[in-house]
Formats: sequence, structure tokens, C-alpha cells
Amino acid sequence: MAIRKLSYREAINEALAQEMERDPSVIVMGEDNAGGAGAPGEDDAWGGVLGVTKGLYDKFPGRVLDTPITESAFVGAAVGAATRGLRPVAELMFIDFAGVCLDQIMNQAAKFRYMFGGKAVTPVVIRTMYGAGLRAAAQHSQAFYPVFTHLPGLKVVLPSSPYEAKGLLIQSIRDNDPVIFCEHKAMYDVTGDVPEESYTIPFGEANVVREGDDVTIVALGRMVSFAQQAAEELESSGVSAEVIDPRTVSPLDLDTILESVQNTGRLVVVDEASPRCNLATDISAQVVSEAFGDLKAPIKMVSPPHVPVPFAEPLEDLYIPSVQDIVNAAKTVTEWSK
Amino acid sequence: MTQTLSSLGADAPDASVLNETQLLDVYRTMRSIRAFEDRVHDEFATGDIPGFVHLYAGEEASATGVCAHLDPDRDTIASTHRGHGHCIAKGVDIKPMMAEIFGKSTGSCRGKGGSMHIADLSKGMLGANGIVGGGPPLICGTALAAKIKGDGGVGVAFFGDGASNQGTTLEAMNLASVWNLPAIFVAENNGYAEATSSTWSVAADNIADRAAGFGMPGVIVDGFDFFAVYEAAGEAIKRARQGGGPTLLEVKFTRYYGHFEGDQQKYRGPNEVANIKESQDCLKRFRARVVETGRLTDAQLDQVDAQVATLIDEAVAEAKAAPVPSPEDLLTDVYVKY
Repeated sequence: MAIRKLSYREAINEALAQEMERDPSVIVMGEDNAGGAGAPGEDDAWGGVLGVTKGLYDKFPGRVLDTPITESAFVGAAVGAATRGLRPVAELMFIDFAGVCLDQIMNQAAKFRYMFGGKAVTPVVIRTMYGAGLRAAAQHSQAFYPVFTHLPGLKVVLPSSPYEAKGLLIQSIRDNDPVIFCEHKAMYDVTGDVPEESYTIPFGEANVVREGDDVTIVALGRMVSFAQQAAEELESSGVSAEVIDPRTVSPLDLDTILESVQNTGRLVVVDEASPRCNLATDISAQVVSEAFGDLKAPIKMVSPPHVPVPFAEPLEDLYIPSVQDIVNAAKTVTEWSK
Repeated sequence: MTQTLSSLGADAPDASVLNETQLLDVYRTMRSIRAFEDRVHDEFATGDIPGFVHLYAGEEASATGVCAHLDPDRDTIASTHRGHGHCIAKGVDIKPMMAEIFGKSTGSCRGKGGSMHIADLSKGMLGANGIVGGGPPLICGTALAAKIKGDGGVGVAFFGDGASNQGTTLEAMNLASVWNLPAIFVAENNGYAEATSSTWSVAADNIADRAAGFGMPGVIVDGFDFFAVYEAAGEAIKRARQGGGPTLLEVKFTRYYGHFEGDQQKYRGPNEVANIKESQDCLKRFRARVVETGRLTDAQLDQVDAQVATLIDEAVAEAKAAPVPSPEDLLTDVYVKY
């Protein structure tokens, strides 16, 4: 079947459309997901704040619901509806808004299966935007996924390209557990090859984006393309970097990372999330624990500083881990000696 | 606008609406709840029950009067930390409930939930809930599912006077109105949220007064009178089934025991509970009503009492004899596949 260029946004839209076509139990809900209920000219006026759900309202009448600004209620509704045979895809517009609906995610959705003795199935997907780069400042730019990763019972997905976005979202919708699907807001216009047909990408299977022998660079979400750029630059300095995209941080494919570290002996982890208790710390600790003997140098974690995301452009640019930061980290570990 | 039962055109709730079988059935439910809770009170005092329990004794008419209108397959309820009564009224089996409270593997949740998380999704019982206000958003979801399926099902959110102030509850009421959901919100006002009185914590004169603010009817109901609850709930549920949207019922009564077992209840007036038990008790009032009107005899009711007592004895004996979960059970049922 055909492969063509789609944007990250279009890939997500296509995943939703194909799944809604295939499975009538899939519904979509969120703020302005249709257009703006009750407003003149409402029908599909927006299709989501950045246009991701555009066109779905017309294609699937009654299955794309606008909500008031009431995250606790509609995220909770998505969770409740999931226990009754629907497969809701609720949009938490900005991951930063998790604060106003966290209970429904952490204490309800995440825990039903376990605390009800294996008798609940809660196939809800919460799509959400994360990340810095759009000058949206402190309350609209966080990479809050470590907090979801921390919760047993949730699955956390970080698509790094349009191809990943479509396959992982289709997988998320078909998965029978609650999934937090984290879309980087600065990636919506990024284009890439995306097959026309419906396909899935399994959870817990990392992608080795680029092979190399001198250093392993694990990167998440938008950082994957930064790591790829860093690898190109390292190549020209004679350093061969292996870039790994875990795709899902819960479940995490540690084996692929360990296998790579066994070969390279050096690890850099690039994580846009705030440095305390982020995925870089989690992955690093697990690797040290399992593969201390394979390491030839300390692990380098490339993350922002421990500060809220600033607004002013030069400050935000300093905040976000850069290609140069990754190159420097890789050089540090490859040049390290006792 | 807040209504009382009489303004709905029902002067005295009518005992003739239920037939003899149904009257015995609802009596059995209320007696089962009372006997269950009284027994758990006794057993807890021996130290055999782990954790916390929150007992529903005194409130039987509410759960029973509402759930008497509900079907196991298409109707759902969400509950509170004080959930045993809702469970029994919705048809959750008593023996597994008791085993769950004792933390045994034969429990409703295989011993992994405990008193505050007893659930039976197969009977539309979404679980007792340890989070105040955790239930109402879930019911927006189950009601949404029923509406989409078109099966006439309804969702009932039971919550307390404490939860009536929680943002999630208020959001859920608004969303239920905006989406015109078949949802019934039952505020069980027993006068206390833990040790704090509802007259202090609820800014309005009545919880039901808030209904108008959320675009739905609000009805105050005498919670010691089974027939009053049955009638008001019937009206609200019928309205919901017919697409008339949500209703807020405020059931006013009291709980006989403390917030939790072990609560010394120093915040209550002297003889407060004893006086209410004497003059208002729902089981006594039910009996007086059906016997005086010649619908049932004392003998018939006594027989139910005896049968229930036997059932509770068996439930406790079996729960005590049952095994605890095995170490392997610690790790199971976090996700659907493992």
C-alpha cells in the first residue's frame, strides 16, 4: 500500500479516523474537539485547539463530543464509559492540566484492574500535548509524563515521528488498559513517511533508530530527532552513536537498551522532562542496576535545568536540551577515563 | 428550584405501589445491610478486620429505595467509602463482600481492594470509592455510554454531604446537564463529613438548592422513609430513562456509627443516635407501615430477619475460614495481560 508524507498532526487524525471507522465503540471527547459547541458556526470550527481532530465531527456524528472546561468530569466520564464497553479517546488539552483531573487518572483508571481483583477492563486513551518550544511558558510547556510513568496501571506513550504517532495511537486505542498518549506540541507540522493502511506498533518495543558502537543515546519524543542530529555530528568526529527510541516509557523496553550498552559501554539519556525523578533518572538507575559491569563511563543525563519553563525566547531556547548538549554529553562519556 | 415530595404531587408515599413480593424483597435488602454492618462493627472490634471500615447502618432506605428501580445489566451506580449498603442494594453477593472485608482471596476483589473498593462491574456496581467525589465523574461516563447505546440505562452517583462540596461532584452535575445525561445524583446527607457538620460545610441551606445552579431539578427526601426515597428515586430515574436528563436528590438522614470504626464520635450530641434509632429508624418505620396497612405480617418480616441472620453468620464463618491471597497475587492484574 502507499506510503506518503503526512504531518504528525495528520497522522494522529488519520489514526483516529481509521479506528473510528473500524470500531463503533471509539468516541472522542475534549475541549473544542468538534468545534465549539453552542457557538454560531460551531460545527467542526476548530477540530481541537491545534486542529488535530478536524473533520472527525462530520464523519462520525454523535461520536465527537465537545466538553465544557471541566477536566475532572470529562476525563472521569471517559474512564467510566470505558468500563461500559466504549473505547473513549479523551483529550487533556495540555498535560499541564493534569493537576485538575489527576484523581480520575491515578486513583480511578490506573487502579480499577488491580483493586477490583482483575475484574475491570478500562480501555481509555487520554491524548495530551506536552513539551516546550512554542513560548507557551510555565503552565503550558511541561513534560509531565514521568508522573504518569510512576503510576502502576497506566501505559505511557511518546511518539517521536508521524509514523510512530499513527501506529502507536492505533495501538493505544486497541489496548485494553488506560493509556496516556503524549504528543509533543512543537511537532505537529513535522512531516514523515506514513503508510496509508492501518497499522500498529507494539508497546514495550524500543526502536533502534540508528546503529552505532561507541555510545548509546536513548532519547524520548521530540528529543529523538535531536539525538539523530547529534549522532550525525558525532559521526563526523569519528564517534559512532547508537540512537534508541523507547517509544513507550511504560512499559519500557529495557532489554534493548541493555543490549546496546553491553556493546557500547557508554550511555547518554536525553529527556525533556524536568530533571528530578524524570525518565533519564529512571532509565539510568535501571541500567546501572542491571549492567554495571558493562559500563565504561558514568551515565550522562541530558535534561533541562530544575526550573519552570521560562517565557522569553532566549531563556526557553536555553531551557530545552539542544543538539549540542547531546553531542557534548556523548563526547564526555566516550572520552571519560578514571 | 428545590422541591419536596409533596410538591411533586405525591402527598404520602404510597405503600401500595409495591407488591408483596417486592415489599419483602426491599425489606430483605435493608435488613441485610443492617445485619451486615452491625456484624462488621462487632467483628472489627475484635481486631480481625484489617484497615478501615465505614458503616452504612441507619442509611439503608437510601440505597434500597434507589436501587430497587435499577437493572443489573443496563444501570450503574458509583459509591463512596461507605459503600457496603450500595453494594448490597445493587445485588453484589454478600459472602464475597464479607470475604473481601477480611482480605481473603475469595473476596469480591480477590482480597486486593478491601472495604473501600468492593466492586462488581458485572452488576453495574462501579465500586466503593476511597476518594471523596471520585464517583460522580465516572457516572457521567456510564450514563454517556447508556445514552450512546440507547438501552435506556441510567447511572446513579451516590455521594455524601462532604462530597457535595468537592469540585468533581459539581463539575459532574454541570456536565450531566450540558450533555443531557441519564444520570441521577444522590446526595446522602447524614449530617457529618467525618467530624464536620454539613450545616457548617455546605454554604447553601440544602444541598438540593444547588440543583438549579446546574440546570436540573432538586428534590429533598426523608432518608428514614423507604417509601419516600422509592418514590422520589422512581420519578428521577423515569425522567432519566425517557431522556429528560439528570436530577439531584438530597436524602436527609443520619449514620448510626462513626465516620470510621474507631471514631469516638465526640462531635455528636448526647444520645443523638439513640434518639434517632428510637423514633426514626427506617426498618422500624417500614415494618410499622406495611403491618399497619395489612400488606405484610410481622411473622413474614421476622422470617426474613432470621434468614438474613443465618446468611450473615455463614458469610462471616466462611470469610474467616477462607485463604488469604498468595504471594504471586501481589503482582497480578496490574494490566490486562499481566
